[in-house]
Amino acid sequence: MASTTVAVIDYGMGNLHSVASALGHVAPDAEVWVTADPERVRTAERVIFPGVGAIRDCMAEIRRLGFDALLHEQVASGKPVLGICVGMQALLEHSEENGGVDCLGLLPGEVRFFGAPKGPQGEVLKVPHMGWNQVHHSDHPLWQGIAQDTRFYFVHSYYVQSGDPTLVAGECQYGVPFSAALAKANLFAVQFHPEKSHEAGLRLLQNFMAWDGRP
Amino acid sequence: MGLAKRIIPCLDVDNGRVVKGVQFVDIRDAGDPVEVAKRYNQEGADEITFLDITASHQGRDTTVETVEKIAAEVFIPLTVGGGIRKIDDIRRMLNAGADKVGINSAAIHEPEFVKAASDRFGAQCIVVAIDAKQVSGEGEPLRWEIFTHGGRKPTGIDAVAWAERMADYGAGEILLTSMDRDGTKNGFDLALTRAISDAVSIPVIASGGVGNLQHLADGVTEGHADAVLAASIFHFRQYTVPEAKQFMQAQGIEVRL
Repeated sequence: MASTTVAVIDYGMGNLHSVASALGHVAPDAEVWVTADPERVRTAERVIFPGVGAIRDCMAEIRRLGFDALLHEQVASGKPVLGICVGMQALLEHSEENGGVDCLGLLPGEVRFFGAPKGPQGEVLKVPHMGWNQVHHSDHPLWQGIAQDTRFYFVHSYYVQSGDPTLVAGECQYGVPFSAALAKANLFAVQFHPEKSHEAGLRLLQNFMAWDGRP
Repeated sequence: MGLAKRIIPCLDVDNGRVVKGVQFVDIRDAGDPVEVAKRYNQEGADEITFLDITASHQGRDTTVETVEKIAAEVFIPLTVGGGIRKIDDIRRMLNAGADKVGINSAAIHEPEFVKAASDRFGAQCIVVAIDAKQVSGEGEPLRWEIFTHGGRKPTGIDAVAWAERMADYGAGEILLTSMDRDGTKNGFDLALTRAISDAVSIPVIASGGVGNLQHLADGVTEGHADAVLAASIFHFRQYTVPEAKQFMQAQGIEVRL
C-alpha cells in the first residue's frame, strides 16, 4: 500500500490507543497522527473521528475545541472520513441521551435509547448491546473482502436511526433494526468497533486506508 | 440471528507471568501472557480477561507493560482486573490499551467509586466483579453473599441486591464468580448465575467451576449468562475455543464462529 497519512481526532473522549495500533497493524507504511491540532487534521489525507462515553460530554468537548466547524469542513473537503461508535452518533442530528443533545447534523437521523429491547422469543435483551452481532451490509468499497452478515464487536446503549434509508450501509438487529453503518459520499460511519472486531474489523480499516472517498 | 454469546478465556497473571499453568504444545514459553493472548485471539476468543494478581507496586508496572504488548497485537476486547482502586488506576490501564477494567474489592469498600468511574470513563468500560458464596442452609430459600480475600471473608452483603445496586451505579457489565465452585471443575453455580442475570438489565459473565463444555453451555441456557469465562480448560488444551463454540452451537446457542 502506498504511504498515506491519517489523523485520529483526539478530543479527550476515550482511548485512541486501540484505533491507532490497529491502523499501524493494517497499514504499516501509513503515518498515524493521534492529534487535537486542527492544522494537523487538515494536513492529513484521511480522518478518523472516534468517541466513547456520554454524548453530552463528547459534544461539549467537540464544541469547546471548535471541532464542530473542523468536522464540517473536513467532510466537505472530500477526503475519506470515518466515524466510530459515539463518533458516528455525533455525526447525526440529535441524540436522546442525557435528556436530549443536538449533534453535528452531518448525517440525517436520530440517536435513540434501546430501552428494554425484546428478542425473537419475547425475552428482554440486555443493555448495553455488548458483543458480536451480525451486520447486513450494502455494496461499498469499505466492505470489500468482508462476507455478508459478518459479526462485529458492539458496545452501546443508544442506536442510530437513519433519516435517509439510502445512506444505510449496514444494518443490525437488537430488538429493533438499527443502522450499524452509514455512508454518504466520502463519509463512512460505523456503530461497532472495527479496531476490536478481529479480522473483519481490521479488513474494514485496511479498506478505509486504501479508499479514495468515492462510494 | 442476533447477538452471540461470548466465550472469554481468562489469564491469571502474577508479575508478568501467567499462573495456574498453561500448556500450549506449540508455544515455547507458555507462561508469557502475550503469547497466550495471541493464541486465544487466533483461535477466535470473543474477548480476553486479564486478572492481575500481582501484589507489589513494582509488579504493577510490569502489568501495564504486558497490557500494552497484548493490545498492540490482539484486536479483540481486553478486560483488565485486579488491583483497580483509584480513578488513576483505570486511566492507566485504559491508556495501556485495556478496553474495560474489572473493579472488585474497591467497589465494596467504596461503592461510590463505581459511580465516579462510570461517569468519568463511561459504563461500557466498567465491569464490576462479584465473588459470591451460598450462605443459605438446606431447606432455606437460596441466598448468596459477597466474599472478599479470595472467598475467605464474608461481607454480609446480599449478592443479588449488590448486583442490582452496581448496575444502578453505572456498571456496564457484571463478572460473577461463584467462590463455591471456583477451581472445582463442577460447573457454574447455575442458580446464582440465573438469579443475578435475571435481576439486572446489564450483561452478566458467568465464572468459576468450568470443567467441561457442557458447563459452558449450561451457563447460558440454564444460568442465562451473556458470556462464559474459563481458564484451565483452555490453558491445558483440554478444549480449544473453536471446540467450545461448536459444542455450544450444536445446543442451539448463538456463537461467533
